[in-house]
Amino acid sequence: MSPAPTLETGSRAPKSQQSLSIPRSNSEEAIGGTVTASINGQPVKVPLGTTILAAAQQVGIRIPTLCHHPDLCVAGVCRVCVVEVEGQRTLQAACAFPITSPIKVLTHTQKVRQTRRHVIDLLLSEHYGECYACGRNNNCELQGLAKEYGVDFFRFGHPDKPKFEIDRSSYSVIRDNNKCVLCRRCVRTCIDLQEVGTIEVVGRSDQSYITTFKDKPLGEVVCINCGQCINRCPTGALRANDPTDEVWAAIDDPNKHVVIQTAPSPRAAIGECFGLAPGSPLTFELNTALRMCGFDRIFDTNFTADLTIIEEGTELILRLHKALVGKDPNIALPQFTSCSPGWVKYLEHFYARYIPNLSSAKSPQQMFGAVIKTYYAQKHGVDPKDIVTVALMPCSAKKFECNRSEMDDSGFKDVDYGLTTRELAKMISEAGLELPKLPKSDFDAPFGTATGSGVIFGATGGVMEAALRTVIELVTGLKVEDLFEKANIIPVRGFEGVKYVELPITQVGPVPDILKHLVPDWEWLKGVTLKVAVAHGTANAKKVMEDIKAGGKFSECHFIEFMGCPGGCIGGGGQPIPTSPKIRTARAKAIYVEDAAYEVRKSHENPDVLTIYKEFLTDGPCGRRSHELLHTHYTPRGKYIE
Amino acid sequence: MLMTDRERLAREIKGLAEKHGHSRTSLIPIVQEIKHKYRKIDDFAMQVIADQLGLHPVEVYSVVSFYAFLGSEAHGKFIIRLCRTISCDMQGKERVMRQMENDLGIRFGETTADGKFSLEWANCMGMCDQGPAMLVNERIYTHVTPEKVHEILEECRRSFGVHATEQKEVYLV
Amino acid sequence: MSPLPTFSSMAPEAGLMQALALGRPDIIEEVKLSGLKGRGGAGFPTGMKWNFAAAAQAEVKFVICNADEGEPGTFKDRVILQDHADLVFEGMTIAGKAIGAREGIVFLRGEYTYLRPHLEAVLAQRRKKKLLGKEILGGDLEFDIRIFMGAGAYICGEETALIEALEGFRGEPRNRPPFPVNTGFLGRPSVVNNVETLASAACILQKGADWWKATGTEHSTGLKIFSVSGDCGKPGVYEFPMGITVAQLLKEVAGEGAKAVQVGGASGLCIPASQFRRAIAFEDIPTGGSIIVFGQHRDMLDVLHNFLEFFVDESCGQCTPCRLGNRKLLEGVELLKEGKCSMAYLQELCALGDTMQIASKCGLGQSSPSAFLSVVKNFREELMGRTYSHV
Repeated sequence: MSPAPTLETGSRAPKSQQSLSIPRSNSEEAIGGTVTASINGQPVKVPLGTTILAAAQQVGIRIPTLCHHPDLCVAGVCRVCVVEVEGQRTLQAACAFPITSPIKVLTHTQKVRQTRRHVIDLLLSEHYGECYACGRNNNCELQGLAKEYGVDFFRFGHPDKPKFEIDRSSYSVIRDNNKCVLCRRCVRTCIDLQEVGTIEVVGRSDQSYITTFKDKPLGEVVCINCGQCINRCPTGALRANDPTDEVWAAIDDPNKHVVIQTAPSPRAAIGECFGLAPGSPLTFELNTALRMCGFDRIFDTNFTADLTIIEEGTELILRLHKALVGKDPNIALPQFTSCSPGWVKYLEHFYARYIPNLSSAKSPQQMFGAVIKTYYAQKHGVDPKDIVTVALMPCSAKKFECNRSEMDDSGFKDVDYGLTTRELAKMISEAGLELPKLPKSDFDAPFGTATGSGVIFGATGGVMEAALRTVIELVTGLKVEDLFEKANIIPVRGFEGVKYVELPITQVGPVPDILKHLVPDWEWLKGVTLKVAVAHGTANAKKVMEDIKAGGKFSECHFIEFMGCPGGCIGGGGQPIPTSPKIRTARAKAIYVEDAAYEVRKSHENPDVLTIYKEFLTDGPCGRRSHELLHTHYTPRGKYIE
Repeated sequence: MLMTDRERLAREIKGLAEKHGHSRTSLIPIVQEIKHKYRKIDDFAMQVIADQLGLHPVEVYSVVSFYAFLGSEAHGKFIIRLCRTISCDMQGKERVMRQMENDLGIRFGETTADGKFSLEWANCMGMCDQGPAMLVNERIYTHVTPEKVHEILEECRRSFGVHATEQKEVYLV
Repeated sequence: MSPLPTFSSMAPEAGLMQALALGRPDIIEEVKLSGLKGRGGAGFPTGMKWNFAAAAQAEVKFVICNADEGEPGTFKDRVILQDHADLVFEGMTIAGKAIGAREGIVFLRGEYTYLRPHLEAVLAQRRKKKLLGKEILGGDLEFDIRIFMGAGAYICGEETALIEALEGFRGEPRNRPPFPVNTGFLGRPSVVNNVETLASAACILQKGADWWKATGTEHSTGLKIFSVSGDCGKPGVYEFPMGITVAQLLKEVAGEGAKAVQVGGASGLCIPASQFRRAIAFEDIPTGGSIIVFGQHRDMLDVLHNFLEFFVDESCGQCTPCRLGNRKLLEGVELLKEGKCSMAYLQELCALGDTMQIASKCGLGQSSPSAFLSVVKNFREELMGRTYSHV
């Protein structure tokens, strides 16, 4: 007998969690690939195979859901979105049922309402904890459904003690199965969306629960801390490791000089925590709020974003020089960006062989920590041991990153706390401040120049765009605006999973002062076509890495930007909940609008960056001083779990 | 587990993957073969299987923990499964259960300290007209009575050697 | 001596030879005409199922034999596989011809591992006799069968959960539509049929649709194999026409005077003595074959407890109503046994049962409340205010 046939489908998720290919309907009404169904009496014309849920959304009919998520494959397990379909004895899940004939759907009959209420009552009968003592109070989908269905007593009881121990072993993600509703969004996120595969449902029946390999602590298994699971969890079962108590303690301590750096993505999204629509940046109102909370200095991470561009750009140039002029066959190309700690850990686990390809430059957050406790401390006469550096990031992996043992080049822990957007929003409301209504104010010197090139780091393609703006000008001598309208390098923008761009270098200019000691001229780049790529989300990173392993087109690239989170940092694990393609698009738009409004939009024109090279990093980019403070090394971790 | 044991197991799993195919459809057959031979699937085995089939270790754990015959902690040389569904229940499985526990000195869900016997519950195994029914590994016993329990266990023990008989000091803890 | 006279009387391979002589559409026509409905319990018209699969455009298709007989009280497939494996494989081959599949898989439950050597031997024999493999019986049909062992999960008797297990996933039923006949094993059109259905199909091809229709009722044609157990004098496997009444059946198995009969296993209906004149057929009380007889001395709450314990253990756990609802029903039965259940809460549980029947993702959750609801309805006098604790 021949060996078993192989699996060909693209998705990793089990078929029970998907809507599969829809057969052609034989119905006469289903001509031209569309069909007109009726929902609550309202006709809606849709392409064949559209789900009832999508069709209802088209005509503005709301069907409540729980396990459904716009980023994820279909599950159909919670049974909240069930509807009555004429002719069917059982109720059908609107999120999974494909319309292939002119069906009649009713969304709130007695049976449907009773079912939804029963589902909520059943979930509450297992849901340990009170809403007022939960971080998702007022932003919880189970709570929302309970309110919508008028739950005012526990029909099937309510647990009075927890069944599970909370897993606090990870620096980034805390798992509390007592609040889990088994919607499996986290599993679909980790296995299907991110392809990291840390958690799955284990066991059977009401003994099933979501856990790691052999129930090991999360901090000991292969987890990249991207926090995408947190963003999609409907309840408080998954949350980030919250240091706000320690941050308040530092602020309240008169001996501590608390410095906070804010990144563009949290600034673009924090308004969502205060009721604003996604895409309303509050960058300068936030400065006011932070001062009022008691932070001593507020710096713009854009500064070190620009610094990263100079360092990493120089590193790239040096690698290219060794490869093209020195003809060194061992030069690790393509060079991978290293500012996303989720992506870095992903590579350390799954593609440790390619660690040499990672740029040795630290992420902007970590560069800033090192710079603050050395350069800034000296310049402003503060003892670095009294400085507490806090980083406001959209990222949950940054909490792991700042705790990496090698991140102490300043002589102290470079970044003390990684604070997420959500956590800062909490601190601001604890201080009684209404963020959107505050007046605007500037960042503090010496790192206060807001730049466009730093801002765009937040969106996928942004690091690449910032790098290209600098590389193009420094190498060709041309203005970026000559090649791309308004210096907007559109080909690297957008949410396509993997982008690939070729830039032929047809002319070269003089070598700028800052690099004169490294290369004599640019002639060796003339005629070279710079090949770059951008990937966001680790599933796309995996596609690129597999292509590189196989010697495909990406192995011939020179520079690749990798972001661990879908959408880039604006979709980070620390961003406001919920997330969706629409929300991320709005946040990205805000970032590009901010970029367009700034005067300084290129990293090499940031006056603060030029100053630090003059005053402090005197041996120039990738020089000895830079390497000590601003560069790092990585740890091959492999994927074997002890 | 010794390094050489690990190497041997890894090689064996690779061989099974060659035989059944390096894809997810081979997962359950491979796990069944390993479980049959070694009586348990440990962490290392699961990760090798995951690697060979292009899966994450937690996915293997997830599937193994779902199926009663794969995921149970039972690792005795003889895994005894007693049916607890209605027809066998009506024909007296309760008394057989008690006698089992007496004779082996363990409760259902446990394994004897010498690793010889595990007691597990099973749901309807399709012998409803001849109950109480019981599986010992793959062999089916029907019309089991408390009296027959002793002989069945002795038969199993005899496979370890003529002198491997029941412990005299067995108490129900 | 096989207790199944009709199957025993079949001439070997006569059905297959007839099928090879007919074209694909004619085979399906014959099965459709016979009115054969699935013998696993769901009762889907077999001809219609084969027709859908045949119509699906695909190079690769599968015929899957569902031998994951797990419904409490069902053991007829075991006997059919022990005594008439050839007939079952013949049915699979005929199905393969009808829908255009070259591969058949027998999903054999793990508890029947002791049957595997026998089945493999029968398969080897068939290959030797050119009844399986390439150029079957000298024609151009290519079809072979392999056996896949189940691993102890009742839910894998549900066709999409079975397919999930074949693919190496947890046995969790899929969203339907699409149905396996269009998107089945590995996304290919697959026909999943019960052991008895396949054997019956082979008989129909041999003796003709009219012969099949001569027994049974209008909507439940043909004969049915039953497995009878419990408080009766002659438990075992029987062949009766569809439409036999409970009373007639009880007479045959020496089970008269019973208090109740569970028709259809734990997912079926609990029929009290007052309804013994009802017929066992898809029109009235459907069953996959399981008949459990309860004598007068049986405590119906104990029975119910056993059934719900079964479902709580075997539920796959993916959908809320079944995963949590079965547990609630079981806890309710325990309350009833202790005499601590209020009437109001019992009504809540019945409403929950109604919800589970229409909102669960698959047949398990949709039918597990049946036993609860029928015992509550038919044996109410036994339930309320009990004064002894017997958990």
